[in-house]
Amino acid sequence: MADSEQKETKQLTGEKTDVGLVERAKESAVALKDRALEEAKDYKDPQQTQVWKSIFRVSHERSDPRNRSLAVLSNVFLHLHPAKINRDAVRYQYTWGMGGITFYLFIVLTFTGVLLMFYYHPTKIQAFRDILYLEHDVPFGKLLRNMHRWAAHLMVITTWLHMFRVVLTGSYKKPREFNWCVGVVLLVLTLLLSFTGYLLPDDQLGFWAVTVGTNMARATPLLGNEGPFGAKLGLTPYNDVRFGLLGGSIVDANALLRAYIWHCIGIPLVASIFMAVHFWRIRKDGGISGPAPVMLESEMKVPKKK
Amino acid sequence: MSAIVQPQPGSRRNKLIGLGVAVVLLGLFIYSVQDWHQLWKIVSAPDNVPIVAMLFLVPFFTWLGIRQAVVNDRLIGELESEPQLAKTHHRKAEPWRPGWARELHVWPYLVRIEFLAAVIVTVVLYVWSITLNAPLEEPSNPNLTMNPSKAPWYFLGLQEMLVYFDPWIAGVVMPSIIMIGLMVFPYVDSNPLGNGYYTIKQRRFAVAMFGWGFLMWILLIFIGTFIRGPGWIWFWPGQTWDHNTVVFDRNRDLHEIVAGIPGFGFLATNWIAKMIFGGIVVGTFYIVAGLFFHWLMKRGPFKFSYLKSPKKFLEWAKIPDSFETKLLANTSLLQYLTFQFFAISVLLALPVKLFLRLVFTIKYVWVTPWFNV
Repeated sequence: MADSEQKETKQLTGEKTDVGLVERAKESAVALKDRALEEAKDYKDPQQTQVWKSIFRVSHERSDPRNRSLAVLSNVFLHLHPAKINRDAVRYQYTWGMGGITFYLFIVLTFTGVLLMFYYHPTKIQAFRDILYLEHDVPFGKLLRNMHRWAAHLMVITTWLHMFRVVLTGSYKKPREFNWCVGVVLLVLTLLLSFTGYLLPDDQLGFWAVTVGTNMARATPLLGNEGPFGAKLGLTPYNDVRFGLLGGSIVDANALLRAYIWHCIGIPLVASIFMAVHFWRIRKDGGISGPAPVMLESEMKVPKKK
Repeated sequence: MSAIVQPQPGSRRNKLIGLGVAVVLLGLFIYSVQDWHQLWKIVSAPDNVPIVAMLFLVPFFTWLGIRQAVVNDRLIGELESEPQLAKTHHRKAEPWRPGWARELHVWPYLVRIEFLAAVIVTVVLYVWSITLNAPLEEPSNPNLTMNPSKAPWYFLGLQEMLVYFDPWIAGVVMPSIIMIGLMVFPYVDSNPLGNGYYTIKQRRFAVAMFGWGFLMWILLIFIGTFIRGPGWIWFWPGQTWDHNTVVFDRNRDLHEIVAGIPGFGFLATNWIAKMIFGGIVVGTFYIVAGLFFHWLMKRGPFKFSYLKSPKKFLEWAKIPDSFETKLLANTSLLQYLTFQFFAISVLLALPVKLFLRLVFTIKYVWVTPWFNV
């Protein structure tokens, strides 16, 4: 008969055991401690934990080239990148980093913009006061507004410089022609985003800038009441394209609301779609264009006549 | 890289001359400034900071691009002259040796650069936002017109165009043509060379055309920002923006000037004659401008030394460059005509109209009952 069985019988009968209760508790505590220590050894390497593996999937042992590739391929934010790129493409002086910086600024603008939306009402009564409130009472409100404005200006600059670089390196050439066109659309959207934001503080600067800007719409051929052939087609200040933009015949409450919705929802949505296409096409068209090996004049192929 | 860029003979002298010219121009500018306070007010206006930055950024990045183009062009020249070397060379100005990997892992080599760029941009934004406040003026007031009332800086080029064209052209047609023109750019550039590397030698015309357009755009913004004061009147940098200034410009239409010539008096009264006259002027402009671009796209590299000897200059002007002619032969008729349309309508019509308006105070060249150009 085994010892344990004997112990059990003694416990059941309430007979006094040879080991005390405290002793037994001590014993099991030691066993528990040993087990915890044993298991804790496994946690010393967080990368071996179930939580880690469920999130990252790939070993962070980066000396293995396969892992380096997987780090990019299995990450939703990084998978826009290829696993490997042209060794000279990482040189700053080739791309100037302008496309990436433009995208980063878009993210900064979205972030600061969402925060600004918490404090802003697009109504004639509140808009200007909200800006004053932001500047004087909201913690870091002034910094927030400044950063949103300067990031917007910077984004216009980086977009232009990005296009300039693309032209100088001939990167719009085959097979990237279409992506250049997508880029031109993004340029227009960037300018419109900036322009619609200009009105929102509802101060003299924005009001008159938007008045000047939208007055031009009056002169649209066929669609504006002052444009060529506009009046002949029955257009008045109350039904032309400017009226559609402003939601009225003057820059007023409706214009403020329309600018706000275009600025915060309409254009960012459209721009995001075009950005997705733009980035997708970079990959599909073979990654960034260079620095490519130079071609020589003597190697120029004469296109085949069909 | 630096090993490839050898200083050219005479470059030291040219640099000194350039420096001298720059110093003299700067001296003249400082001498001519009457109102430093006014100048500072414009330059330091928070919303003008971006365009002031552009005045430095554009030359810097132009230099950065051209520097790499020069290095590549020299390499192309070497390879063209030594076909044997062209077969074995890795064909980049960047160093490469057999055995080196041609590709790098994105993680970490690219990702860390992107991270660094994000950090730097963030720091720049923080510093900028802490040191400079976004402008906020009085609450909007439709009864109090700002003078000058200006669009945001990136649209000031368009606003400046309003001086030279009617709003339907400057505000609607021109921007549309510029955008469509940018989009067709890759489709009309039939040159297969220079895809993915900086070069000027192989893409002289394309780079020159885009550079000219970009320069004009920046210049128009510069004029709109720094030169146009109250009443949209031309004030030189450093002149006081006097709200009481009145300019007695007498802008006339072209047909009014021509009507002054004996025998052409009917142009002043007959609207059909006016219209036909304007149509002929604009049509002639398109033909002459087309011939000009046709001539220009076949020119070889221009050297400043040609200006010293008329014989060499004439030779350059007369004899088409063989490479450029080959490129032109590659261009389809549709590509050619599309390019001509956009080049004439934007790249040439704009500066020509600007010149006519500013120098000869001509308002319209084509007057019709429906639209004026």
